[in-house]
Amino acid sequence: MTDDIYIQIRDLHFSRGQRKIFDGLSMDIPRGRITGIMGPSGTGKTTLLRIIGGQVRPDSGQVLVAGNDVCSLSREELFELRKNMGMLFQSSALFTDLSVYENVAFPLRVHTDLPEDTIRDLVLMKLNAVGLRGARDLFPSELSGGMARRVALARAIALDPDLLMYDEPFTGQDPISMGVLVALIKNLNLSLGTTNLVVSHDIHETSSIADKLYIISDGKVIGEGAPDDLRRDASAWVQQFMHGSPDGPVPFHYPADELVYDVLGDGAP
Amino acid sequence: MTELIRALGISSLERLRSLGSATIMWLTAMAGLPRRGDLGLLMRQIYTIGVLSLVIIVLSAFSIGAVIALQFYTQLARFGAEDAVGLGLALVLLRELGPVVTALLFAGRAGSAITAEIGLMKSTEQLSSMEMMGVDPLHRIVAPRLWAGLLCMPLLTAIFNVVAIYGGSVVAVSWLGSDPGGFWAGMQETVELWEDVGKGMLKSLVFAFVVTWIAVWQGYDTEPTAEGIGLATTRTVVMSSVMVLAIDFILTLGMYGDFK
Repeated sequence: MTDDIYIQIRDLHFSRGQRKIFDGLSMDIPRGRITGIMGPSGTGKTTLLRIIGGQVRPDSGQVLVAGNDVCSLSREELFELRKNMGMLFQSSALFTDLSVYENVAFPLRVHTDLPEDTIRDLVLMKLNAVGLRGARDLFPSELSGGMARRVALARAIALDPDLLMYDEPFTGQDPISMGVLVALIKNLNLSLGTTNLVVSHDIHETSSIADKLYIISDGKVIGEGAPDDLRRDASAWVQQFMHGSPDGPVPFHYPADELVYDVLGDGAP
Repeated sequence: MTELIRALGISSLERLRSLGSATIMWLTAMAGLPRRGDLGLLMRQIYTIGVLSLVIIVLSAFSIGAVIALQFYTQLARFGAEDAVGLGLALVLLRELGPVVTALLFAGRAGSAITAEIGLMKSTEQLSSMEMMGVDPLHRIVAPRLWAGLLCMPLLTAIFNVVAIYGGSVVAVSWLGSDPGGFWAGMQETVELWEDVGKGMLKSLVFAFVVTWIAVWQGYDTEPTAEGIGLATTRTVVMSSVMVLAIDFILTLGMYGDFK
């Protein structure tokens, strides 16, 4: 693994029951860049983030994060590695018994010996970055979905980790918040050199900040490269996804028998 | 028939897997040295699990003590042995009812709350996000609840016993007019520190271990859905109650010798 690759995935296989989620997936996530992972719903994008974070064990294959084989790390080593990771969950996953302020302060309190004054400054700076400094005393139940996601982002960047993983960061954001978030992810990358992995359906926003895009479908990578290169890619799979066409080789339907058999049963021709 | 045997086999294997996973969870959570902030987490759980259970424990204890005294008095008075009410009340509470009823109340009040809380944290990905922050939920969430349960239940049992005996004395002495000297002296002469009080507290410690383990595991292993959490909470109360009663029988057999 070369120094400019932060995450290397090789021949990843993973199934849920009889259903194959990944079928020999391989990826190289460059260090200090923004990489977008896109693909139809249910293709395992969130699962991929969980595998990278060591929360889900693949059936086979290798996942190297900063040179560490995630699948062979002990429990303690895994928790140590995760101190350098930040993840924005699709559901925000804020601690419901803590205020917005305490949620963002949580990783700082657990992992550092910083004095309370410094923690306060850091928390307010992170909340200011996502535009929610004024919401510091609210509880998660008092936030909208979009606000909760921004608080979760502030918490994910509290320790300035080397790797930031975003699971659908733009979902539920109004146009202004969306613009701020896109700029924030880009700025974090530029100012701290953070490696960013963005799982998203929002082609326009993700393409505007990503240095590299992966499109996955049917458990495999169907396209990879810079956003501009992918827009010009000749592959029908890539074109269908990049332009959101309803018809094409990327399946819209979850695997099932033909509709006529379901509707007419034995009477089907 | 083959299908039945197959289903039984699958079910047994699943239960064995669950028991193994629950054991690993308990050992992993309880292992390791205390860390910064652990005392605060433990105190918070002692408050939630122990202090907030006090009302139901005290009310139930008083009521149960009063009812037992009433029943004992009614029967013993027929033989002119009212003075034995205190002795009988103390023995039945210290040896059996104190630990058992406290454990059953604890399972219903605190056990179900532990399961629902951890289950909800799982379903809202709070446990996952904690893991991704490099914080082990077994240490941060599970361990304080297990320790708090082990510490609180024997204390709640002691409180239960004291309040129940007081409730009994109110009925037998203050209300029905039993001789106070006889009531307390019989208790004082017959009750032994280890044989009655100590063994009762030991039972309580065993029940604490079983009930908190079941409650935490059911929450941690729950299906992360509304229905899953509901089922897990029910399982906590049912399993804990059945286990407490079954273990009590075994412990009583072992502790109090030959009954034949």
